[in-house]
Parts: sequence; C-alpha cells; structure tokens
Amino acid sequence: MSAYILRRLLATFPVMAVVAIFVFVLLRLAPGDPAALIAGDDATAADIANIRTRLGLDLPIWHQFVIWIGGILQGDLGVSIFSNLPVTRLIAQRLEPTLMLALATLIVAVSLAVPLGVLAAWKAKSLVDRIVMGFSVMGFAVPVFLAGYVLIYIFAIQLRWLPVQGYKPLADGFWASIQSLVLPAIALGTAYMALIARITRASMLEVLSQDYIRTANSKGLATERVLLLHALKNAAVPIVTIIGIGIALLISGVVITETVFNIPGLGRLTVDAVLKRDYPIVQGLILVFAMTKVFINLMVDISYAFLDPRIRY
Amino acid sequence: MRNILTAFRAVLCASAAAAVVATAPAQAAAEKVLRATMHADLRVIDPIWTTQTIAGIHAMLIYDTLFGLDDDLVPQPQMVGDYSVSDDGKLYSFTLRDGLRFHDGSPVTTDDVITSLQRWGAKDQPAKALFAYVEKLEKVDDKTFKMILKAPYGMVLDTLGKTGTNVPVIMRAEDAATDPNEQITTAIGSGPFKMLKDEWVPGSKAVYVKNEDYVPRDEPPSGFAGGKIPKVDRLELVWIPDPQTAMQALIAGEIDLLEQAPIDFLPILQGTPGVEIMKTGSVDSHWGVIRLNHLHPPFDKPEMRQAMYHLINQEDFMRSTVGDPAYYRDCHSYITCGTPYSDDSRGEIIGDYDPKKALEKMKAAGYNGEPITVLAATDHHPIAPATQVLLNAMREAGLNVDAQSLDWGSVVARRSKKEAPSEGGWNIFVTTSSGTASVNPVINTWLGAGCEKANVGWPCDEELDALSAEFAFARSVEERKEIARKVQERAYEVVPYLNWGQWTQPIAYRADKISGIVPVTGLPVFWNIDKNE
Repeated sequence: MSAYILRRLLATFPVMAVVAIFVFVLLRLAPGDPAALIAGDDATAADIANIRTRLGLDLPIWHQFVIWIGGILQGDLGVSIFSNLPVTRLIAQRLEPTLMLALATLIVAVSLAVPLGVLAAWKAKSLVDRIVMGFSVMGFAVPVFLAGYVLIYIFAIQLRWLPVQGYKPLADGFWASIQSLVLPAIALGTAYMALIARITRASMLEVLSQDYIRTANSKGLATERVLLLHALKNAAVPIVTIIGIGIALLISGVVITETVFNIPGLGRLTVDAVLKRDYPIVQGLILVFAMTKVFINLMVDISYAFLDPRIRY
Repeated sequence: MRNILTAFRAVLCASAAAAVVATAPAQAAAEKVLRATMHADLRVIDPIWTTQTIAGIHAMLIYDTLFGLDDDLVPQPQMVGDYSVSDDGKLYSFTLRDGLRFHDGSPVTTDDVITSLQRWGAKDQPAKALFAYVEKLEKVDDKTFKMILKAPYGMVLDTLGKTGTNVPVIMRAEDAATDPNEQITTAIGSGPFKMLKDEWVPGSKAVYVKNEDYVPRDEPPSGFAGGKIPKVDRLELVWIPDPQTAMQALIAGEIDLLEQAPIDFLPILQGTPGVEIMKTGSVDSHWGVIRLNHLHPPFDKPEMRQAMYHLINQEDFMRSTVGDPAYYRDCHSYITCGTPYSDDSRGEIIGDYDPKKALEKMKAAGYNGEPITVLAATDHHPIAPATQVLLNAMREAGLNVDAQSLDWGSVVARRSKKEAPSEGGWNIFVTTSSGTASVNPVINTWLGAGCEKANVGWPCDEELDALSAEFAFARSVEERKEIARKVQERAYEVVPYLNWGQWTQPIAYRADKISGIVPVTGLPVFWNIDKNE
C-alpha cells in the first residue's frame, strides 16, 4: 500500500506539469487583454502598450512561462494583475468559506441521501421507493439558483431566521458561521443528495440480490443489521466514488450558489479572474484545483481497500 | 476517532479564542458600522493607475483633493485654503489649509501635492489637456505652491476639482513618485476615512474606519465640496454580485445602502417599510454611447455616420435597458442634458428614426452591403441589451451586420485594435459614460477628435478639436456656452459617436437606519452619513 501511495504521489508531478503548460498557453491564446481593461476608455495605444510592458505581457510566451514556473518552484504563485496582492493570499482568503460550504453541503447531502437510498432499495418498487426517487428527480430538476431564492424568501425574508447572504468566518463565532451556511448548504445539498441517493439505491439493489444477503436473511438476522452491516458496506464503493467526485466539484467552486448567497469562495474567485483576464490568479487556481482532484482521487482509491478487502494495490 | 474529536474541539476552542481576541478591540472602536453595496467590487486601490469608477469611490474615501465640485458643479476649495489667479490668467497660487495630515501622521506638504499632480497629469485625459499648458509647478514653501501656465487656460480649477476617474487625489510624495503605469501598493491618504488593507478581500469586501484626525472644512457638504465629516466608525463596502440577493439583503437590513438599485426592483423596494429611493445628484448619472470606428469603411465617411442617426430611437434603448420613464430621458446633446452647456436643438433631425432612410443615405454615400462588424458584449448590463436594440435596427434597415458576441473583457481588448474589421478590428461597439464626466467639451473624452490622441474609434477633425480646446480659454459662462454650442454643431456633422439615451441610477437605502446622504452624481460619498440607531 505504501509503495502504491508513493507511486501515485510521484505521478502527481507530470500531471501538474501538463496542467500548468496547458493552462498557461490556453490563457495566453484566449481573446482579451488585461492591459486594455486596466487602461480604461480614455487610453491610447501607447498607454496600453506601457501597461503591457509593466506587467511583462509583452515578453514572449515561453519567457513568461519560465518566470511563472520559476516562482512556483519557490512557492510563489505570483501577484494578481489587478489587486496587486499575492495569489496565495487571495486563495487563502477564499479557502475557509469554500471548505466550510463543501463540508456543510456534504453533511446535509450524505446524512440524508444514504439513508434514503438504502430505504428506497429496501422498499424497492413500493410507494416509499417512488417518493424517494421522485424527490431525487426533483432535486436534480430544480436549479440551484431557484432553490436558493425560494429558501432566502422563506427563511431569511419572511421568517427572519437566517441571514440572506454572506459568510461569517469561524473567527466570528461558530454558530454565526453555521447560520450563514445553512441555506446555501441546503440549496446545494439538494442536488447532491439526489445524486447520492440514486447511486446508493442502485448499488444497494445490486448487493441485496446477492446470495450472501439471502443467507443472512434466512439466518434470521435483524433487517437493519443486514442492510447496514452486510449490504451497505459492500455497496459502498460506488457511493464513496460519487461522494469523492462531489467533494472535488464542491471545492473547485460552485459559482451559482456562491453568487446567490454571496459566499466569497474559490468558484467566484475563478470566474471573476477569468472575466478580468487576471492570468496569475487563474493559473494558480487551476493548479490548486488539479492538486485537490489528484489528492481526492487518491483518498477515494485508498478507501476502496478498506471498504472491500478484495481490492489490493 | 477520539483523537479526531479532540482535535476538532481544539480547533473550535482556538477559533472561539481567536474570535474574542480579534473582535474585542474592533467592536469597542467600531460602534457605528455602515454597510454599503456598490456597483462593483474594489479590485484596484490606485485611482490613477486605473479608470475604474469603484477605484475613484475608494479614492474619495481615503484621499482628499485640492478642489471639489459642489452640487452646482462649481469648483470650491477643499484642501486649498487660499488661492489667487493673476490678471493675465497665467499664474495660480495655492496655499494648503491647516491641519492636513496623512493617515501615517505626516503633514501634507506641497512636495506631496506637486508629485501627485504630476503623476495624475501623465495619466488622466483632462489633466493631460491642462498640463499641455502648464509651464511649471513651483514650490514656494511647505504650504504654498504656484502653477505657472504658458497660456491663460481657463479650466484649471474645474480640472483640479474634477470627479469621475481619474480623480486628482493627493498622495504622499513617496507613493506619487511611482510610475503612473505601475500600481501603488499603499492606501495612505489624508481623507476622512482610512482603509484597513488587511481586511480587504478583493471580490468580497473593503473595510474603512473613521479618520479621527481629519479636519473637515467648516462649510456644509455640497457635492464633493464642503465639510467631509465621517460620522460612522466603520464603513464596509460589501460586494454582492447578484442584484436579487443585494435587494434582499437591503430588505433584511443586512446592508444599509445599495448604490445602484436595479430599476426593475424599485416597486418592491418602494413597498418595503424603512427603505427609501433617492435620485443621485443634480446631474443624470449615465448616458449611452454608440462608438463608430472612423478609421475604416464604411464609417470613415461623415455621410455614412450621419445616416446612423436614423437608426437610433432612444425610447427603444431606454425601455430595454432602464424600463421606468421616471429615470430616463431622450437626450440628443453631445453634452450631458440638464447641464449648462448642453444643446438638444437638433433632436428633430437626429431623433428621426427611419431605417429605410438610413439605408438610402448610406447607399448614396457608397455603401454596397459590406459587412459591418459590431462588437456585441453579452455579459454587461445595460450594454448587452442596448447592443441588441442597435443590431435589430441595423438588420431592419437591411445592413449586412456581422455581430461578434464577446464577453466585455474581450470587447475592451478588441476595441483598441486599429486593424481593419476583417483583420480583427471592428466598426461599432456600444458602451456607457458618466453624466458628470461629460458636462463640457474638454472633459467629455468621447467628443475628442484628435485622431491618434482621441479615444478608441479615433475621430479626426481639426475644427472640432480646435473648438473643444477653445472652450478652455473662454473667460465667461456666456462665452463658454457659445463655444459649447459651436462644438456640438460641428459634432453633429462629424458624428464622433451616437447617443442612445440618458438616465439616472437611483440609490436605495434604509431610511430607518441611516441619514445624511449627500446627493452627488458619479462617485457616491460616505461622509456625513450617520447611523440612526
């Protein structure tokens, strides 16, 4: 297992190198010019050229790439073209809201979706199954922004129980922070809940038809013991996989939810940077996202070995 | 598991402790907190390096200016205590008033002023026009300096007091010595508020606190002039990108002021107890520009540009972008309507919407169905819907339209290209401008016709350029009015751009929570606002 983990970690380097080159070149080839955005309406061509020179954007692409990679090797992701702040600081500022939103969403989604999926599988083709699956379809179908606006209207405007928008950091108090996450986590968690519930149901149905489940039932084991200890554990691999994908998606940004609830997360930072052509931020974020995805995939793969003893690396 | 729980508890305890330590002094000092949502988030803190309006708003908070325009757009002394102008109009002498200090405690001196003006003069278009006539800026002592002119340029005080961007703010000499094409990294001014740069989260919020050492003028506040008294302890500019959420935040009382309340939402806001709507200052805040590229066919010919007048029905544009007639008006002037130098007398000619006539005139001028490249922004309100109205009119006329759908960032990059449209250039793009930045021919840079020196689109007309320059040498209001009339008469012939309407964007605020808003157009100000609670 240790050798496998080491191999996977080493494989991260070529992956990151390819991502770095791809992102850098793609951004430079995309239309748009940060210098023109900075210069504004009254700028002459000479003004724009001056700004390009100051930003180093007039250098050949390979030269710009070498400067950027040189910085990365020293742990420096560069400086935002617009705010003049280090990219590492900008990402660090957005990390807590992003991680807290991802965590809250997962808690909402997993804690409801897995039991509902198990229930639907256990009561397959019954009214309960249809209600759970109908709810799942609705979870997929309702756009997050619509769910968000409805939740805001009911719980923030009419009932005044929760804030409309914004994120309160943990430093401002645990409960204040949780309050600021309840509505976005429910809005976002509904879609993930629907996805996880459907996968759980499908995986459980497959396992419940196995001989060893029939044997366990015929031995007179309690239903909850059969479902939770025998079936769910063996059905867990696809469920964990989909949860892992969900974590990666949540961390790399859920722009609409962040926008509707005004959460200053990494998703909004990415979109804003793309629209402003703030190259250093986009490059830094893509690298961080790539690393996150590689790490989460690794964690998911390792978890397989614990969930299913037949899987060995 | 026990270890994980222990660690989690430790993190919570540490967070709680950090919260107590971090917020205790802040709460003691920040009893009155004003939260406002602006039209954009603060990303750049150097108001000379960028022309972004939000950077100008930030600048007016932390910096001060030598002069400020009052509510009647008349420049009044601000940092300046006394000043005099020689009889020949070529020597200005300025003395700074007492008590001016930067946020780091150092006094404001004429070295700071001269260095700041030089940096601004190298960047801002109206400042460049002024500095073309400045022979030198001469320090007399730490509080007095002279501006010696080559010719009696009459717009000195108006330019020193100009609003919009770039604002002529006074920085410390060490900051102002930075190349104007390089961004300053500090936020230390002498204005009524101090920026807490450590709490700045670009794309989320910017935080300011009252400058306890600020010495305001004695006069009552009027526009950007008069006493700038900071009455709240802490000001947070909270960026809420979604207009619907911003409106709900105002209704719920999470923010106190919404700078640009979407006009579609005004009926809801008007029916909300405690919320009031307020028009900005005496001048409309915005007007629309359709810029034609004078370098390339078909709009290199004035007849072709004049034919475009028949494709503009301002009512169509305004209904699509603003909606409520209470907030917009037709304006066929090249100077902001409702201000002293505007001239709306040609409304009948240029307000004559007739696509067929437009095509006939263009054909007569030599148009043979060549494609007309329009840079169509898709992600910018109100520019995106306004562009669609224009495209519709052009298609109705039967023009061969090549609409290039782009995000605003790409439009801005592409519009600076001088190549032919078939080689990556353009013929038309739509944009907006500020009402206060267009109140006379000198500061309305879209009216400039100085060829290479003009804005993108590069209008080139010696007569129009000379008339605009002449405006700055007028010695009376009547003379200025006469020259402004001639400028606009010539502009109707040259057509540097087409105007698609003028409107004002109201402010929405919690009248039950705040009071004392100073009505200004262009850059909202936060001095004089107090919390009622």
